[in-house]
Amino acid sequence: MPLLEIRGLEKQFGGIKALGGVDFHIDEGEIVSVIGPNGAGKTSFFNVISGMFPPDDGTIVFDGDNVAGHLPNEITKRGIARTFQNVRLFPNLTVLENVMVGQHCRTKQGIWGTIFQTKAQREEEQMIEDNAKEVLSFFGTRLAGYRHDQPAFVLSYANRRRLEIARAMATEPRLILLDEPTAGMNPKETVELTELIGKLRSDRGLTVVIIEHDMKVVKNVSDRVVVLDHGVKIAEGDYDTVSTNEDVIEAYLGRPHGEAGDDEESEYE
Amino acid sequence: MSLDPLTRRWGLIGGAIMAFTGAIGMLVSFDERILISPILSLGYLTLLLAPAIAGHMAARGKVSVLEEPEHDVAQGAQKGLVAGLIAGVFAVVFMLAVNPFDLSEFFPNINDRMFDMMTFDFGLGLGSVVLIVASALAGAAGGAIYGLDDEPREGVFRSAIWVILFSLFELVVSDVIEVDAIVDLIYARGGGLHIWSAIIIGALAWWLGVRYKGRRAELTQMAKDSEAGSRLRWSLIGVAALLVIVLPMLVGGIVNELLINVALFILMGLGLNIVVGLAGLLDLGYVAFFAVGAYGMAVLTSPLSPAFSPELNWWVALPVVMVLAAIAGVLVGTPVIRMRGDYLAIVTLGFGEIVRILILSDWLTPFLGGAQGITRIPGIPLGATSVSGTSPELFIYMTMLLVGVAAYISYRTQESRIGRAWAAMREDEDVAEAIGISTVQAKLLAFVTGAIIASFAGALFSAKVGTVFHNSFDVLVSIIILVVVIVGGMGSIRGVALGALILIGVLGGPKSQGLLGEFAEFKLLIYGAILVYMMLQRPEGLLPSVRRSRELHQEEAAQDAWLDKKGSFIEEPEASV
Repeated sequence: MPLLEIRGLEKQFGGIKALGGVDFHIDEGEIVSVIGPNGAGKTSFFNVISGMFPPDDGTIVFDGDNVAGHLPNEITKRGIARTFQNVRLFPNLTVLENVMVGQHCRTKQGIWGTIFQTKAQREEEQMIEDNAKEVLSFFGTRLAGYRHDQPAFVLSYANRRRLEIARAMATEPRLILLDEPTAGMNPKETVELTELIGKLRSDRGLTVVIIEHDMKVVKNVSDRVVVLDHGVKIAEGDYDTVSTNEDVIEAYLGRPHGEAGDDEESEYE
Repeated sequence: MSLDPLTRRWGLIGGAIMAFTGAIGMLVSFDERILISPILSLGYLTLLLAPAIAGHMAARGKVSVLEEPEHDVAQGAQKGLVAGLIAGVFAVVFMLAVNPFDLSEFFPNINDRMFDMMTFDFGLGLGSVVLIVASALAGAAGGAIYGLDDEPREGVFRSAIWVILFSLFELVVSDVIEVDAIVDLIYARGGGLHIWSAIIIGALAWWLGVRYKGRRAELTQMAKDSEAGSRLRWSLIGVAALLVIVLPMLVGGIVNELLINVALFILMGLGLNIVVGLAGLLDLGYVAFFAVGAYGMAVLTSPLSPAFSPELNWWVALPVVMVLAAIAGVLVGTPVIRMRGDYLAIVTLGFGEIVRILILSDWLTPFLGGAQGITRIPGIPLGATSVSGTSPELFIYMTMLLVGVAAYISYRTQESRIGRAWAAMREDEDVAEAIGISTVQAKLLAFVTGAIIASFAGALFSAKVGTVFHNSFDVLVSIIILVVVIVGGMGSIRGVALGALILIGVLGGPKSQGLLGEFAEFKLLIYGAILVYMMLQRPEGLLPSVRRSRELHQEEAAQDAWLDKKGSFIEEPEASV
């Protein structure tokens, strides 16, 4: 049984069909890339899976349960974590606090423990901090040492992306959705992050879905590539199959002149 | 010499302030309060402070971050003189305009006393000249002070502030000293410092400031060091606690009464601080929970409660009141859970009024007494005695006890799993939810915690006053609690305490007088002025929390972090790869 199985996922915003019946599945331990031209519905796809928008139709079966329409925090608790295309950290919290917040859904101390400083509370607090530091150490020296106590907004762009991944990792997910993790990074950083994505699976045992525009990254990390266009899945398979698929080339480059059909496809270019 | 537009602008602003404070009668009522006998009253201080500040600002000119400001006494004095002159002329023009334009129709407080005061009792002709000269001199002084070097300038400010504090807090100081002979040495019989005591206090403040300058730097350094810093903090907390315990014994009933009001507002401020400062939910109807606490306690303890009157002991009733407040918190919180920002503020504003109007409604009048309120609420039983507002020396300890509880709750929650969840929610609600925080739970918890703390204040309030009426719970109270939190510093416990001390203790609360009765009439005006000034100059509040000041000064903080780490902010130097 796949870890995540999606059938007929639909989402409409006003007159725009962001997702028009997408089927998708991913097995435990797989790394799958979702690609497609701008406006193809990739981010909407993530938003619906992570519960930020409820789907209009379709099922999202995660680990045997349909989670379609559940609240984002419930879905995170079940084990799906995500990052955002336009990095959304908590800018005024420190780096460490950003990651510690991620532990929220795995911990349980409430107001009583806090007020009376029970032993359980203190132990849990220590554990949260230790876990957060351990997660940050995944990025080597990038987010280590004095960085722990810096507010997130002083970080460089690449570090913000790393911190966002760290925060998602802190929720102890089984499936992690990365929305353009290498956007805005320089080539060296991109290579470094590509390796880290591989390590997410090998060291951490995570299953990864990644939206990516950088085809080098897509080629290097993914077991399988899914191509969306206009909210519909137009191709699926390993990188080589997909990259030679005619529909995919057409979606990215438009139809050659002289063929039938109007210019709708070029709308998003 | 051409006129600097900035000098002209500040001169006109100064003059407008002089004219306005005169027209609304502020100068005349402030004249009652003598600061230094017999030469300076609060009224004259206000009158001359306007051109002095104008002169100071004119001398300062445009502030540039990049250039080191120039400090030149003569130049500063010259600019200040011009600004003060303009201000004085403006004020005189205003006085001359009163009769031809019938300004007293609009400003009923324009009267002979105002003229006497603004002309220094010299009559309009000579007095106008005196006012202009005095204003110009005040402006020159303000400008010259700006021109001084850092050290003497700070000395002048420190001396002036301490002299003014000592004269304003005459009541507190003389209560603490108690021995009449010593009090008479410092203060004149009719109020105000003697000239020589003012000089001594000023000189002492200057000298102590210079003497301990190095020491202060040492302490700041110590506070940064973790171990010595925590020792320092604990000793400071110890001193503060000692002061809090001892002070009420030293001061008299009036000051204790004031302190009780301050403490009630600290309580409410701490509660609201959890809702607004920590969780970021702008609640403008916070007074509702105060009302629930007060009416809950009234019904449960008063023998005259109209329908249901169990006449419980205050201590027994308190947990019941807390439960009632928690229920109220859930009731208000649930419908607004999906609302954000402005919408939340408006809806909660409505809820606050709904509660007050419900008290007056036909439906609840049989239970809560409607416009008649509930009277004869007993005090807090403590051993054999019953502590109420008639014995403020004891009651203050009750309020302080609960303030301590509320402060402890705030302190603990801030740096906890819940506090982090609130902080995350305040920063970005969608993301907080996406990383697994149940915002519904977090919001309700904030509302309930805030409501319970407000109910403490309500329970104390009804035991103190002995009666509750609906009009103690109008919108203004909500607003003023919010102002206390904003001025003090959102998210900061010390800030809320300081805000309440200044606003409620000195200026006066919505229904009570502060230390200075003269302010009573003008306190909302002063609140407004303070709020505007704070929003422009120090939006994070007087004693801000770390997070809040980061939020409002992100760019500077980023620069600081960059400077701290000498460039590593841009990107780590690539050591390997």
